[in-house]
Formats: sequence, structure tokens, C-alpha cells
Amino acid sequence: MKLQDLPTGGKYAPYLLSLVILGVFLLLWSAATRVPKFDPTGKDDTELMMMEMNGDIIRDENDKFINNPEKLQTIPGPGKVYQTAAEELKNPFTERGTNDHGIGLLVGYTLKRFLIGFLLATGVAILLGILIGMNKVLFTALNPFIQILKPVSPLAWMPLLLYSVKDPFMTSVLVVFMASLWPTMANTAFGVSTIKKDYLRVSQMVELGWFSRFWKVILPASAPAIFAGIRISFGSALVAVVPAEMLLGELGVGYLSWIEWNNLDISGVIFAIIVVGVVGFIMDWCLAKLASRFTFTEA
Amino acid sequence: MSYLSVDHLTKIYPSLEPGAKKGDTFTVFENVHFSIEKGEFVSMIGHSGCGKSTLLNIMAGFDDATKGGIILDGRETNSPGLDRMVVFQNFALMPWTTAYENVAIAVRQSHKDWSKAEVREWTMKYLKMMNLEAAANRRPSMLSGGMRQRVGLARAFAAEPKILLLDEPFAQIDALTRGSIQEELLRMWEATNSTVFMVTHDVDEAILLSDRIAMMSNGPNAELAQIVDINLPRPRVRADLIDDPRYNELRNSILKFLVTGKSAEKKTECGEPESLLKAI
Repeated sequence: MKLQDLPTGGKYAPYLLSLVILGVFLLLWSAATRVPKFDPTGKDDTELMMMEMNGDIIRDENDKFINNPEKLQTIPGPGKVYQTAAEELKNPFTERGTNDHGIGLLVGYTLKRFLIGFLLATGVAILLGILIGMNKVLFTALNPFIQILKPVSPLAWMPLLLYSVKDPFMTSVLVVFMASLWPTMANTAFGVSTIKKDYLRVSQMVELGWFSRFWKVILPASAPAIFAGIRISFGSALVAVVPAEMLLGELGVGYLSWIEWNNLDISGVIFAIIVVGVVGFIMDWCLAKLASRFTFTEA
Repeated sequence: MSYLSVDHLTKIYPSLEPGAKKGDTFTVFENVHFSIEKGEFVSMIGHSGCGKSTLLNIMAGFDDATKGGIILDGRETNSPGLDRMVVFQNFALMPWTTAYENVAIAVRQSHKDWSKAEVREWTMKYLKMMNLEAAANRRPSMLSGGMRQRVGLARAFAAEPKILLLDEPFAQIDALTRGSIQEELLRMWEATNSTVFMVTHDVDEAILLSDRIAMMSNGPNAELAQIVDINLPRPRVRADLIDDPRYNELRNSILKFLVTGKSAEKKTECGEPESLLKAI
């Protein structure tokens, strides 16, 4: 039997499989985090009374003692996380206190600082990348600096940035900026410097001016490489924005996870993780859609 | 003064041979000298490595000659320009835009004062001449090799250059399609009164299309060995040509040159190009 003869199960098979994997994961998760039964044997009434007063055990509807799930140091199960999520999503845009903003607002704050830093960096990176890519001298001259700055974690810049701009919002924007700068710049420079000689020859042959040459040939020809860089930048900026919020105490989905940890609300932490993942996924999907409009199949 | 003259052209590269010392050089071709009259179709034929594509690139302005120069219509040419449109072996179409745009960019550049409608009309005229009407809005990746080169030809003709430079334009196209595009090229050439210089290594193609064929000896140190007049009547039809004794005579003599040129390689290097001519 050849590989392509294996049953594929039709068009929806991959999605069904995804659902099955999700189901198995949820089952394992709830099994692993199930609240153990309380066994009162060997304990006298005084002991039980003490435990009840401590809140370790509570009475259920049949007046039987059970373990108090609030008191157990276990990871919350899917049910608990679902409850937290439902609670949080009920009023996503309300402000209940200084540190208690609705999840919709938090996502908005994160998106704002993320997009400002990311778009700014993308603009700068594309311009510098094109300059570097078109000019061999500039490329060779700047390459050592780029190579040294590139591996520095964007978070390492934070103290210096905070010291110089003295504003946590701007600092978080700049951390995102530093995180998204290098991949786009390096990819753009690479894309521009490896444009097929034929395209440049055609643009010379039809006597395009420098602006048309840039706009109609160089930019579209290097668009696939630029977008590949943008998507790498996007990933590293998203990775940087969460700890930046945590360290700076700036409200956002990243900080949500830290607030919930301070509240010892582990289901809240899990919820925050899921929100970051979903937001990142949606934005990356949009970016991929955008990129597909500017890329082409090599003829 | 002829319309285009290739004036004692020599191209020397720094040697890339392993063990070559700094300053060692490699002469691709030397002293290539010929001219083309207005409305003529001239082909250049020779083995790979004789520098015919380098020669075409120098004519196009993509490359510089070491010695000598190109004079087109009374002016020396240096940089590439719309007066010398090239049809590339690998089509060189911009894959991110449509067939129409690939042609229109040349039209717009050669007629900067034209309105959108005028550009459109002119572009569509040339697309129609190459039977590309239906493909106008398709990207090159959606077109077959033959269709792509039709777009390349439409782009070159639409700019109405003083001379068209064809760099092995049909080498990447299958034999059956090649025949029909060659006929379209001939029609275009006749309809537009263009002057064409084509580099090829296909003998049949050269005879079918050309008024004259320039034959290069083998490189390195290649030279223009001979120019053959093709006195076959036009319009030429491939099917009739095959039975024409003059066609076969020409074909055989050119083939003989190409074959013996190979064996005469050493002699050329020893500086006896005359022996080549005797061999034909």
C-alpha cells in the first residue's frame, strides 16, 4: 500500500482529529486535577471540627464532609477554568478597580502597546533593511553592529529604556520595538540584496526612475522576504510583550497572568495564558492573510 | 555609416581558473566587428562559451566592453535603455503583476505623455498581436512557457525600440510551441519594420528567421569567424524550407562549421582563425 492510498477520512478528518485531541486533553486534565474524596475514618469528632473550622473540609448537601476544593493546593481543572473564563467574559469592558479591568480592556491595552511598537519597528526595519540591502558598503559597515545587537533579549534593554524615557508605557512600547526590529531588518536586507538580476535589468531597460524602480520593482520583488521577516518579528514581539507588562506593572493580558498569580487564582493564570494564545493566533492569521496578497509565485 | 555597428569589441575578465594569479586574465572574445542595417534580422550562432550572450549584454548595456564600443543610429550606447529592448532567455517577467502590466510598464515609459486610455490601447494592441488577449490579466505563473515568452516579445515590441535584442529567446520553450512563436515573431518583425539581433544555438531557427547569420568561433578568445547571407525568399514557411535544396546546403555548411569549429578549437587558440574559414 502506498502512502497516498491510506484512508484520509475525507475533508473534515483533520478537524475531527483536532476535536478528539482536545477531548482527550480535557479528560486527562480533569482526571489529573480531580478533588480527592475525604475519608473521615480514624478521625474523631474534635479533629473533624477543627478541620471544618480551618476550612479544610466542608459539608455537602447531604451533610457529609468533603474536601474543600478552595483549600487544596492543586491545579484547577477545566471546569474551574471554564467558570473563571465565563466570569471574566461576562463583563469584558468594565473597570471594577485599579487592577481589575475587564478582559476586553486588557486585550485592548496590550494590543495598543504591541501595535505601536510593532508597526514603528516594522517601518524602521523595512527602510533600514532596504538601504542596507541595496548598498554593499553600508551592509558590510553595519553588519557587525547588527550581529551584536540582534541576540540581545529585548527585555535586557528594559532598565536602560525605563531610565531614559521614564515612562512605563513608552518603555513597554520600546521593548516591543526592540523585539520586532531585527528579524524584519535582516530579512528585508537579504530580500533586497538577492533580487533576481533580471528584474533589475528590466527596470534599467525600461528606464524606470529611482522612485518607480523602488516602488514597482524592488519592493514587490522583496515582499515575500519582508513578510517572512515581519512574521518572525511578530512572534518575538508577542513573546516580549508579556514579561514586559509583568515587569513594568502595565495593565494588559500579560500582566493579568501576574495579577492572578498574586491573587493565588491559578485558574485565572490559565485563562490569561489561553487569552494570549488566542489573541496571538488571530493576529498572526490576519498577518498571513495580508502577506498572501503581496507575495507571488516565481515564474 | 550603418544603423548599428559593433566596433572591434573585446571582452576580458579576470581569470577565475584555479591557481590563477592576480592580474591573470581571460579573454572571452576579441575584435568582434560587424554591422546591422535598419530592418535587418541578424542572428549570431556559436557554441556555449563563445561569449555570444556576453556580446548581447554589452549591446544591451548590461555589461561593459573591455575594448571597442557599440554605435546605434549615430550614437554610442553605454547604459541600458528603451531603444534596445531585450527578450530574455528566461523571460524576465515580473511575477507579482499581470501580463498586461508587464507590457504596459514599457509602454508607459516610452510614451510618458500618454493618457491611461492611450497606454491601454497600445498595450492591448501588442498583446493581441501575440495572441495574448485572454491572458492579459493573468500573472506569469499562470502562463505556459510559450505564453510567457509571448509576453516578453510583446513588451519588447511595444516599446518600439531601435533594435530588439533576443537572447536565446526560445531555448526554454518546447519544440512545437517554439515553431508557432517563431512564426509570430516573423509576423511582428515584418509588421513593425523592426531591426533584430538574435543570439541562438539552434541552426534551423537561425536560418528560418535571419537575413544574415554571424558565426562565432569557439571560446576562449572567440572571434567572429564568418557572416553568412541567407538568401532564401520570404515569407519563409518551415514546411517548404525543409524541401528547399538551398536551405539544406546552408544548414549543412553551418552545422559543419559548428562541428569542425569544435575540432579547430586548438588552432584558434594558436591564432590561426584562417584555418577555420577554410574548413567551411
